[in-house]
Amino acid sequence: MKRSRFPQIVTLLGLLFLYIPILMLVLTSFNESKYGGVWGGFSLIWYKKLFQNEDVWKALRNSLFIGVSATLASTVIGTLAALALTKYKGFLQKLHYGMIYVPLIMPDILMGISLLLFFVALSFPLGLTTIFIAHTTFCISYVTMVMLARLQQFDWALIEAAEDLGADTWQMFWKVMMPLLTPGLLAGALLAFTLSIDDFVITFFVSGPGSTTLPLFVYSSLKFGSPSIINALSVLVLLITFTVLWLSQRLTTEKP
Amino acid sequence: MKFKETALTFPSFGWLFLFFVIPTLMVFAFAFKPYDDFGGIEPGWTLNTLYEVLNPDFAVILWRTLWLSGITTAVCLAIGLPMAYVIARAHPRYKQSLLLLVVIPFWSSFLVRIFAWKALLHPEGFLKQALVALHIVQAETTLLYNAWAVLVVMIYTYLPFAILPIYSAAAKFNFQLLEAAYDLGASRWEAFVKVFMPGIQKGVFTALLMVFIPAIGAYVIPDVVGGTNGEMIGNKIAQFTFTERNLPLASSLSLFLAAIVLIPMSTIMILSGSGTSRLEATGVSKE
Repeated sequence: MKRSRFPQIVTLLGLLFLYIPILMLVLTSFNESKYGGVWGGFSLIWYKKLFQNEDVWKALRNSLFIGVSATLASTVIGTLAALALTKYKGFLQKLHYGMIYVPLIMPDILMGISLLLFFVALSFPLGLTTIFIAHTTFCISYVTMVMLARLQQFDWALIEAAEDLGADTWQMFWKVMMPLLTPGLLAGALLAFTLSIDDFVITFFVSGPGSTTLPLFVYSSLKFGSPSIINALSVLVLLITFTVLWLSQRLTTEKP
Repeated sequence: MKFKETALTFPSFGWLFLFFVIPTLMVFAFAFKPYDDFGGIEPGWTLNTLYEVLNPDFAVILWRTLWLSGITTAVCLAIGLPMAYVIARAHPRYKQSLLLLVVIPFWSSFLVRIFAWKALLHPEGFLKQALVALHIVQAETTLLYNAWAVLVVMIYTYLPFAILPIYSAAAKFNFQLLEAAYDLGASRWEAFVKVFMPGIQKGVFTALLMVFIPAIGAYVIPDVVGGTNGEMIGNKIAQFTFTERNLPLASSLSLFLAAIVLIPMSTIMILSGSGTSRLEATGVSKE
């Protein structure tokens, strides 16, 4: 039977649909005119203004600080969790898995409001610390899932071999496990970092004065400030995420 | 040995118990708290806060949230299935590029894409002007600030969430089975429904969750392009939290939202005995 053309047409239209707003962004970032519907000529003025805006860099600093610290914390905690889930199979681990899984299926806004309530009830001041706690919380589940997938392919006989050859626990960990787990760790860490740097909803709930992250800054500028600067920023962000994506693809796809 | 299990389990268990389980239970508990005229929390327990959520004003929003996320899910699956099929059957040389094309918008900041849609749908935006020039819409039609704008942007935002899990299931599907079905006299539609769909059902189920869960909890999309006629539960939760400072009402709405997600989910999981992961669609956990 001849294959139907229908799926190909849907795919073409689907891809077109995915790129409409992206094209719009790139165009407007180079548009001299402030108004979306008028082409005022090619210009780099918004890029220049972006680099002169100090709030952007402050927000970026906050985002990077939280991204790096939440990535470190969640990668360590998530890796330990994945090891526990792989090695032990009792009731405790069933409960443990449930606790790691449920955050993945909770809408973001629920995690946002619950953490806000929690911090308010404890009179814990909202700021970078609360954002760090929130980001680490949702990143743990993702890192654990990445590491679980990696550990399923892990050859535990290598550990026994190291033991037989007289390695102590410390040596076994650093010299045998770590080198084998590094690609998985990097993939998990990269995922955590991407999730943290892009999170808006949960951050919006638990942020306080002076803890504006990049997505919070982007949101408030788009809503109340100057969208044209953000268009320029978006094109830069797009380029950066493209690079990160490209790197992560290289890390996660094994080359023959 | 017992000590090692505790040592490995404690960090994540303790962290998630403190910062996930307790806060979630607090929201559920606050849903049963009375509130005063200023939104303050009163002592004691009541069911009135929950009843308040069921008044007609909220019922409209609950209903709108349900139909918007339902249609979003259906449309994303309807577009995602053929796209995943094409990518899975593509020549290996084009497969990676096609996947990358789907993933690039998905990994760029979602805020920026949503605001780009706002600019497109804006009365002076390019898309609006193009549609008017093509006589598809009238000059006075407003594309922005209604439920339809929310629907279009939600479909746009969550489409990659549908394509990727279906693709990863379709990539493992043996397409010779379809040829066999045709040889045995099946029509295209029969082969699709009776052979292809059962083969990729796990991927379709993951796709369904990956679209429905964020859609039902959507906050930013209706906030940016919805206006008052496109409000969803998420907007009301944020409004009660930040504007009216009424935490019991915000918690009651959150309890409804959690029930809509968690009750069917846990039923399905208990019945099927296994969970599929939202992670499968991020593209990181490739085999």
